Order: sequence, then C-alpha cells, then structure tokens
Amino acid sequence: MINVIPPGLIFIAGAFIVPLLRGKVKSIYLLLLPVISFVNLIYISKGTHGTINFLDHQIIFCNIDRLSLVFGYIFHIIAFIKILYGIHVKNDIEYIACLFYAGCAIGVTFSGDLISLFCFWEMMTIGSVFIIWARKTRKSIEAGFRYILVHFFGGVILLVGIILYIYENGSIEFGYIGLDGLGSYFIFFGFGVNCAWPFIHSWLTDAYPEATIVGTVFLSAFTTKTAVYVLARSFPGTEALIWIGTVMAAFPIFYAIIENDLRRVLSYSLISHVGFMVVGIGIGTEFSLNGATAYAFAHILYKSLLFMTMGAILHQTGRINATDLGGLYKAMPLTCIFCIVGAASLSAFPLFSGFVCESLVMSAVAKSHMSGIWLTLLIASTGGFISTGIKIPYFAFFSQDSGIRTKEAPLNMLIAMGIAAALCIFIGSFPATLYSILPFPVDYVPYTMSHVISQLQLLMFSALAFTLLYLSAIYPSEIRAINLDADWFYRKGAKGFLWLLENPLAWFGNQVRTTIFSTIPQSCIWFSKNPLMALELAGNNIVIAIFEESFTKERLEKLRERIAEKLTDYPGDVIRYSHVGTTVIWVMGFLLAYLIIYIVSGRIVV
Amino acid sequence: MSKNYLFDNPRNVKILLTLLFGSCLVLVIINFFVPKHGHFSWEEWSGFYAAYGFVACVGLVLAAKFILRKIVKRGEDYYD
Repeated sequence: MINVIPPGLIFIAGAFIVPLLRGKVKSIYLLLLPVISFVNLIYISKGTHGTINFLDHQIIFCNIDRLSLVFGYIFHIIAFIKILYGIHVKNDIEYIACLFYAGCAIGVTFSGDLISLFCFWEMMTIGSVFIIWARKTRKSIEAGFRYILVHFFGGVILLVGIILYIYENGSIEFGYIGLDGLGSYFIFFGFGVNCAWPFIHSWLTDAYPEATIVGTVFLSAFTTKTAVYVLARSFPGTEALIWIGTVMAAFPIFYAIIENDLRRVLSYSLISHVGFMVVGIGIGTEFSLNGATAYAFAHILYKSLLFMTMGAILHQTGRINATDLGGLYKAMPLTCIFCIVGAASLSAFPLFSGFVCESLVMSAVAKSHMSGIWLTLLIASTGGFISTGIKIPYFAFFSQDSGIRTKEAPLNMLIAMGIAAALCIFIGSFPATLYSILPFPVDYVPYTMSHVISQLQLLMFSALAFTLLYLSAIYPSEIRAINLDADWFYRKGAKGFLWLLENPLAWFGNQVRTTIFSTIPQSCIWFSKNPLMALELAGNNIVIAIFEESFTKERLEKLRERIAEKLTDYPGDVIRYSHVGTTVIWVMGFLLAYLIIYIVSGRIVV
Repeated sequence: MSKNYLFDNPRNVKILLTLLFGSCLVLVIINFFVPKHGHFSWEEWSGFYAAYGFVACVGLVLAAKFILRKIVKRGEDYYD
C-alpha cells in the first residue's frame, strides 16, 4: 500500500511541470520543490512505507532509517542551494534534467529493494547525461556519450548481479549484502563504477568538467555519493574497500597537481575524498561508518561550494583554465572569500567542516591499527590541501593578474554560495549538530589541543612547502595540455577496435563475400557453359605443366597458343546430344544403379 | 582604472609571507609544550606532523611534475 509520497517522486514528477511555468512563478516553484519534498520527508516516520507488490516480491520506495535519512537531508539541502544557484538559467531541459537527476538520487537513497534501486539508478544515469549534453558543445556531447556508455556498462553488470543475487537468495530486499556469492561480486562492481573506483573513475574527470555551469555543480553531489550510500548499506566491513579507497584517495592528487582545467582539478579531488569515505565503509565499524557518512555530508557541501565558485568564474569570464585566470580577487571578492571557505573546509582546517569529518575517518583507521593506510591517507590529506585547497583559490583569484576585468557573480549565485559557505563553517564550528544525525551514536571530540595543533602543523608546513616550491619555480607551472588517464584505454581502444573492423576484418569479410557470391558462382557458370571443353582445357594445362621438360620449345609454344585460342573461343560450339535414344540409355543406367543400390543395401540391413 | 588592490603592493605580499613563516615557527615552538596523544607511537614525536606534511608535499609535487607529467602529458588536440 502506498500511504506516503516517496521523497524522490516529488522531484521527478515536479521536473516535468517546469516547462509549463514562466517567469517569477517558475522561480518560486523551483525553490519550493525541495522545501516541499523536505517537509514531506520529515513527516514520514522511520521504517518502511510506500510498498507495492510486484510479482512475488515487495517493492519498497520508502525505507527510512538513520543512514538513509542523513543522505536524504543533505541531498535536499544541496538541491535547494543548487537550484538557487542556477535560478537564472533559461534552459528548461537543464532544469528538468537536474531535478529528475536529483529525484532519482533521492529515490536510490530511500529504496528498500533492489528492483526499485536499480530503476532509480539507471534513471539517474539518464538524467545526468542530459545535464552533460545541455552544454551543447561538441566536447560535451562526446563526453556525454562516453559517460553513458560507461554507466550503462556498470548498470548491466549491476543488473546481472541483482538477478544472480535474487536467484541465490530469493529476496529482493536491499540491506547488507557482503561479498558472498557471484551475484554480490557483480553488484559490488556495479556500485563501484558509480563510485569512481580507480581505473573506472575516468568517466567522472572526463565528463564533469564538460557539463554546464549549474550541471557540474549538480553532478558533483549525487552520483558518487549515492554510490557511497549504497556501499555503506550493503558492503560495510568489506576489506577490499579499504584498499580500493586508499588508492582512490592517493592517486588523483598527482593529477590534480598537474591539471590545468580547474573544474577538472576539483573532479580529481572529488575522487580522492570519495576514497576516504570508501575506506571508512571498508573498516565497517560504527565509528568508521559514522565517519564516512559525516564525510559525505560535509564533502557534498564544500565540494559543491567550490564547484559553484568555479562556475561563477566560468559564468563571468567564460574561462576556467588556470593558465587563463588570475587576479580575480579584485573583481570578484565575495566569490573569492567563498572559495577560500570551501578550500579551507576541504583542507580540514580547524573550525571548517572538513576537520570534524576527516578526523573521524582517520581515527577509525588508527583505531584499527592500519599504519600503512593511515600514513597514505595522511599524504592524501596534505596533498589534497596543496593540489586543491591552495591551488584552486590561488590560481583563480591571485597568481599573475590575467588582466580580466569583470563583475561579481549574479546575486542568486552569491546567496547560494553564501549559504553553502555558512553551512561549512557551522558544521566545522558546531560539529555536535552533524554528529547528532549520524547513523550511530558518536563519542568523539574533534577539538582537542593535541589534534588541533597537529593538524595545523600538517597544514601550515604543507603550505610552507607549496610556497617555497612556488617561489623557487619548482611547482609545476600550468600548461595547456591533456593528461592521459584511464579513459585512454577506451577512447584510443575504441579507435583501435574500429581500425581493426575497418581494415583487416573488413578485408576478410569482403574476401569471403566475393568468393561465395561472385567467384564461385561465376566459375560454375563458366564451367557449365561447356563442361567438356572446360575439362579439356584444364587437362591440357595440367599435361603441359607436368611434361613441360619433355616438349621442345617450339612445340610448347604451339600448344600454349592453341590453348589460348581455345580459351578465347570458349565456350565455342557446344555439342548437344539431342537423340532420344541417348536419354533412354541414361535413364536405363540410372534405374540399374538404383536397383543395384536397393539390392545391396537391403542385404546389408538384413 | 588603476586602482591599487591589496596584493598589488609588494609590501602586503611580504607581510603575508612573514605571517606564514611566523605561524610555522610558532607551531614548532608550541609543539614542545603541548602534550601529544595519538594511536601511533610516531604521532608523539616532536614535529612529526610538520615534517611529514612538508616532506609529503615536496615529494608529491616532484613526483607529479617529473614522473607523472612526463608519462601522461599530451597536446590539447590529442584526442581530436
């Protein structure tokens, strides 16, 4: 029975009303939509609601517990902020895609069964690809196609996994799965594609920077975080996740250091942070799951804030490469301040949101005595600070003055960024509020003297390293270039595959076709025109070939001439035996053969 | 339009740098007076975080510049 409105449905249905509205009404409607959905969510009590029977199973649209609620809250908050940020956009398709996409992400969050989860999961892919295409540049269209191919690949793997899982367990309930049985491995991998695991991550850094200004801001919040959510629900304590997460946290830092497109820098840093969350899920204690969830909550806010500030720059200047920017603090001081707040949160400065969340994950790792993982994550943390936390504000707003003179971003963008920045500081300064909504009770005090001092040491000396490297010109200067990543394998691989199809394979296919449909029938036709003469010609040729030595030269010439003459003459006068008698003799012959076969075979059978 | 902004004046840049170096120095000094707690033994060494942060950053930057960039850098029209 459906007795409540599933939270995602308000967004999904609401998206399609957008084109009917105009002007102020539309703006108010867009801003009200997440508020209505949020109020609806608050009034749904914990437990499972919104169930319908499907075949022999129960589809659950509304599975509300503490874990899904945290993600539900932040998705609503961020949807509101982002709608406000993009309220000036005139493109209806973009609104529909963004709302639909956000609705599907919320749908995934509250799905209580694998079937509705899968449906929302795939619909989310469709929504997000339209967000990428909405930019309407050649690059964005191509990136969108690559994005959708990778995600549908992941989706198919997930579907296979779900079918196997239901077959193995007889239940479609979406709860703890754990790596046990073939189906679970497929599901694990399917989730991993959306989570941007190493080597299957490049859809993210490939497509996000190509989407529209508002689109990228939307994309950055939902896809990877729903993947984090489903992993937290179904695979907590899976050891593989610790290793996957550690690699994820570390390797994007290197790319972020050398990347020129600032939105791509943020995309790499996004993967790195999701790595921290994945490690938290992999450890699987209540403490670490709290850490992963809190991290996701804070991360969505500050990463969106940073994407919004970069979007504001792109909106005002039309440029986003570090090589083209610099000195913008003069023209866009407020955006600059918001960017610094976002960067400070990302870098886990005390009093900012990253500090109170990252330390949860780091403590969880330390409590499990994984020293190697802990040291690697610490590198990833400082690396994130210099490669993103310093780099983004520095190259965009300070650095060499690029000579760009522009105005501050539109008011709606500024308010949206302001809200996000305020929340970042609020969470960082009053962590108890965030801790109180986490899935499990929190017993942790982030602000101890020892912790604050050690974190400040880490950050200030990283900043010192950056400054010294920069002043001595060792820090890599930004270069317009493409940095190859895992997408090379399918971008070049697909080209190689096409070459293989178009050249050797196409040649082979052509040969087969001409042989079967042209050469063989032609020869048969030629032969049947005058079989006797054809045989004679062939015979002559064979005789000449065999007895070449024994003929004199002149005779050989003569023979060859005669064959050539006959060949041009072919089929010549076809001798037709048209006597009735001959036919009768043939018929007699066949009957006799039939008789003999009949008698002989009869004997054999008996 | 020749308005002078905050960092157009080299003196302000110098002040900022001094602040950075100063705060690093202060942190190192405070470090000796604050009792340190940690799960790992090395967290209690004096200046562990400072040294680790500094070395890690230099290492990361050098590796990214001299190894990764050498391997993955291509022209902007590489895929076209």
